[in-house]
This record gives sequence, structure tokens and C-alpha cells, in this order.
Amino acid sequence: MTRKMNSPWWFLTPYVLLFVVFIIVPVVMAIALSFTYFNTIQSPEYIGLRNYIELLTRDDVFMQHVLPNTIKFAFIVGPVGYLMSFILAWVLAQIPHRSRTIFAIILYSPSMTAGIAMAVVWTVMFSGDQTGYINATLMNWGMISEPIQFLTSPQHLMNIMIVVSLWSSMGVGFLAMLAGIMNIDQTLYEAAYMDGVKNRWQEIFYITIPSMKPQMLFGAVMAVVGTFQVGAIGVQLSGANPTPQYAGQLMVNHIEDFGFIRYLMGYASAVSVILLIMIYMISKMTFNLLGDKDKG
Amino acid sequence: MAKSFSGMKINPKRFHRSQLKFYIILLPMALFMALPILFIVSHAFKPMNELFAYPPRFFVRVPTLQNFRNLIDLAAESGIPFSRYLFNSLLVTGIGVFLSILVTSLAAYGLSKLKFKGKKLLFEINTLALMFVPIAVMIPRYLTIARLGMIDSYAVLILPLIAIPVGLFLMKQFIDQTPNEVIEAAKIDGASEMQIFLKVIMPIIAPAIATVGILSFQLIWNDVVGPTLYIDQEEMKTLSFYFQTLAALVGTPAGGNPVAGQGMLAAASLIMFVPNILMFLFLQSKVMNTMAHSGIK
Repeated sequence: MTRKMNSPWWFLTPYVLLFVVFIIVPVVMAIALSFTYFNTIQSPEYIGLRNYIELLTRDDVFMQHVLPNTIKFAFIVGPVGYLMSFILAWVLAQIPHRSRTIFAIILYSPSMTAGIAMAVVWTVMFSGDQTGYINATLMNWGMISEPIQFLTSPQHLMNIMIVVSLWSSMGVGFLAMLAGIMNIDQTLYEAAYMDGVKNRWQEIFYITIPSMKPQMLFGAVMAVVGTFQVGAIGVQLSGANPTPQYAGQLMVNHIEDFGFIRYLMGYASAVSVILLIMIYMISKMTFNLLGDKDKG
Repeated sequence: MAKSFSGMKINPKRFHRSQLKFYIILLPMALFMALPILFIVSHAFKPMNELFAYPPRFFVRVPTLQNFRNLIDLAAESGIPFSRYLFNSLLVTGIGVFLSILVTSLAAYGLSKLKFKGKKLLFEINTLALMFVPIAVMIPRYLTIARLGMIDSYAVLILPLIAIPVGLFLMKQFIDQTPNEVIEAAKIDGASEMQIFLKVIMPIIAPAIATVGILSFQLIWNDVVGPTLYIDQEEMKTLSFYFQTLAALVGTPAGGNPVAGQGMLAAASLIMFVPNILMFLFLQSKVMNTMAHSGIK
């Protein structure tokens, strides 16, 4: 049966089909629906740019909470997680194989934990009364006298979301960068030291990073995407959508709020489109940034 | 000169005192990463009186399987036996991982070694799709699936998660490294492209297969969106879904004792986590091998 299968389409059709149905069609549909009013009962009604105008001018929650939160969250978790991945990968490359493997597994394992059930572990840790582990420890050490309402107070929720996200951010990108560093040709270093590279900082900037740029770019994309994928964390931690005073409200929660709670699918789609554009622009920005560093 | 040359220290053969500074960075980070996981392990085996204990204790003293038993009993009370959720999870994950590996490696071979129009464009679209965040388009995805009449089928728990852009990307980069000579030799012997793929390529891309397998396992095993949105029949739902409803229940009046619930949820987290970590432990050298070719060029 396999004797005559030479056409490329034997190979590509299944993937392309699934890719189109579950990725391309939903994205195109999101764009199309974003120009409509659609409450899932009646068929969508074309309303032009009204969703976008409403979103940018009238949706106070979006402009005052969701957008700033998303930007703050993304601009901290993304770069810090990325930097942590690189530094840890580099440090791991400096120690022998056996201990490197053990540390790599420990660092990677949080990214394998499943979100929802895991959030409960954090809620036990950060629980707002003295039975919470963090509160109990801090009170035990005499650092605080009253338990802190970590998860329900607006000023702490965001920070905890950031810590929890960073905790699980050493994923595929981290592994890629580690592999990238390990595969740099050793003779490159020898040659560089002959040419006058004096210390490890110079080594990192002139040899390591340029030699593993492809992995750096891959890691960057993974960092950006990972940041937006964990968007649901605030709702999981505080146990409510919307989060207390919208402190942990991210764009993904806003989509869910309008789409599945209020059934305003057209409006929710407009938020989706803005989110996709944001991810795309941030990825492009990162690419340009990393590209420039290479020339220096 | 030789002394200032430190590049050779990458991937050192054995421990040396000069490496201590690296361990000083790694140890606290590893501790920060490992503590929550140790916590689940410990919490999952705590008996009721230790879950209630004040001040709370990190490590379990008298380990018990009570939390796991509670998980199973609670499922039975709600009408669906625990084993049914487990069966569903194993079924969709097993089929899903197999299909994902097959579909992805076929496409990767096509993109890497075959010649056809639009090949470059296709790969570029896939690279662009690395940035795709499924959660952003959950609504149109739901509408698509509903329109296709796929609601309430096992297929809906599998098919949306088969085409993983990252998987195709990694696999294609890996196949790019395989020598063309083997393929040419097989062609001279009269093998078709499909035969070459099955008999020549599949055996030598085992590391990439392992990597895609792990990625798709994590995706399907941990998935809660599918069973929540696309499945109405309780008996078709998966473990991840059962645990998620449990998580939502704990802390509400309907959830019973919240402390007992925490013990159960820790047990649930552990059940979800263990297969993931075991797979990675067994396959980690293969994954690292694949990642070496992961760069975006």
C-alpha cells in the first residue's frame, strides 16, 4: 500500500487539515466576529468597528484594569522569565553532566504541573488566615503580627500571580537554550580567547549569545506565548472572575467574562483580536531587540 | 594564557571548587522550584489531623492514602466511578499522542525533504503559529467545533490538540539534520517516499518523536478546556476535568470540609503530575537532543 505514496500531500494533508480547522478558522472567525454583535441566540449582526470603539472608549474595566494589568504582567513575567531561563541554562552548562541533569529536571518540573489543581496548592500556601503556610511562617518569625490577605487583597494578588507564573516558566524555551549552550563548538571559545576575549562576560556576549541566537529566538517566542497562556491564573488564585477589584484581571479573563458569562461573543472576539495582535507585536519587538544585540 | 581561558569549562567532566559559585546560584533556585512540588507530595499523604494542624507543618508525619481514597469515593458518590474518568483520560491521551506523533512527523518529513510548491510559505505560517495562544480564540474554536457537530465525542478531546505548531517546528528542524544520502540510497533501491519515511526516517528521528510525544502528552493529559466546553455527558469526561470541578467546589459551602478538600486536591495534583514527570525522566536525554536543533533561523 505504501509503495506508491510519493505525493507530498500524503504527508501534509492530515496536519494541514487539522491546522486549518482548529487554528486558522478560529483566528479568521475571531476577526470576522469582532465586527459583529453576536449573542449566540440570534445570528451575528454586522456593526462595523463598534466593538473596538466601545472597547477603547467606553470599557472602563478594560482600559483601567485589564489592559494595564496585562501589560504589567507580560512585561515582568516575559523578560524576567526569559532572563532567568538563559542565566540558569548558562549556569547549568558550567557544572558536570550528572548534577546538571538533576538540576535541569528540578527546574523544568514546575512547567509540567497542571494549572487548576496546582492553583489550590498556592491557595493553601498563601491562605489569608494564620493557617496559610506563608502567613504562619512570617508570624512565627515575628515579621508580621496580623495575617496578610494575600489572595483577596488587590495589592498582593498581582505580585503573587507574577511569582507563581515565574515559578512555572522554565519550560520548553529553557530546555532549548540549555541545549543551545551545550552545543556551541568548543573551538570557538579557544579562538576567541586567542583573539583577546578576557573574561566570562565578554565570552557570553561575543561567543555564547551570538552562537546560540536561533535558540535565543525560539526561547523568546516561547516566553512571550507562555506569558499569555497562563492568563487564567488570577481567577484560579482568587477563585473569582472578576478578580477582587479587577486586580488580577487579564485579557484572557476579560474574553471569558464577556464570552461565556455575558454571551457577548462579538465583543469578546474583539478582545481576542487585540490580544493576538499584542502577542504578535511583542514577539516582533523581541526579535528586533535580539537581532540588534547581535550586531553590537 | 591557558589560565585565563575558561571557555573549556563548559560541560566539565567533574566537580571542581571553582564551580561552587554556580551551585550557590542553583541551589536556592532549585529549592524555590522544588518546594511547591514537595509540598503537594507531602500534603497528599497527610491524614486529616495533620491537614488541620496549627501551626501548619510542611512535611507529613504519618502518611496515609486516605486522601486518594476520598477522591475515589467522592467520584462514586457523584455517579461516575473514578475508574471511568481514568479510563477516558488514558484513552484520549493514548490515541492523541499516537496521532500527534504520526501527523506531525509526516508533515515534518514533507516540509523537510519533499519538494512542492508553497512549502516555504507553509513552514513560515507554522512558525508564525508558534505564537498562537489557543485560549485567545476559545470562543470561535467552540463555535467551529459546534458547527462541525463534534460536541460530545471523544474526537473533540483529541483532534483540536493534534496539530501543535511547536511540535512540527521541532520535528522539521530535527529531520533537516538527517543526511540526504540515506534517502537517495533508498530511492535508488526503488523505495517510495512513504516507505523511506516509515523505514528509514522514523527509526532515526526517535529523539524528536519522544519530544513531540511528551509535548502532546502534557497538552492532552492536562487539558481542561475540551472536557469543560465540548463535552456535556459526564461519563465522557476526563480526570483533569473531575479534578477541576473538585477545585472549584472546595471552598464553597457545597464542597464540604475545605481542609479535607485540600488534601484531596493535593492528591489530585499528584496524580496529574506523576505521569508527566515520569515521561520526562525517561526521555529527557532524547528531548535535549531534539532541543539542540530547535533554533529559529
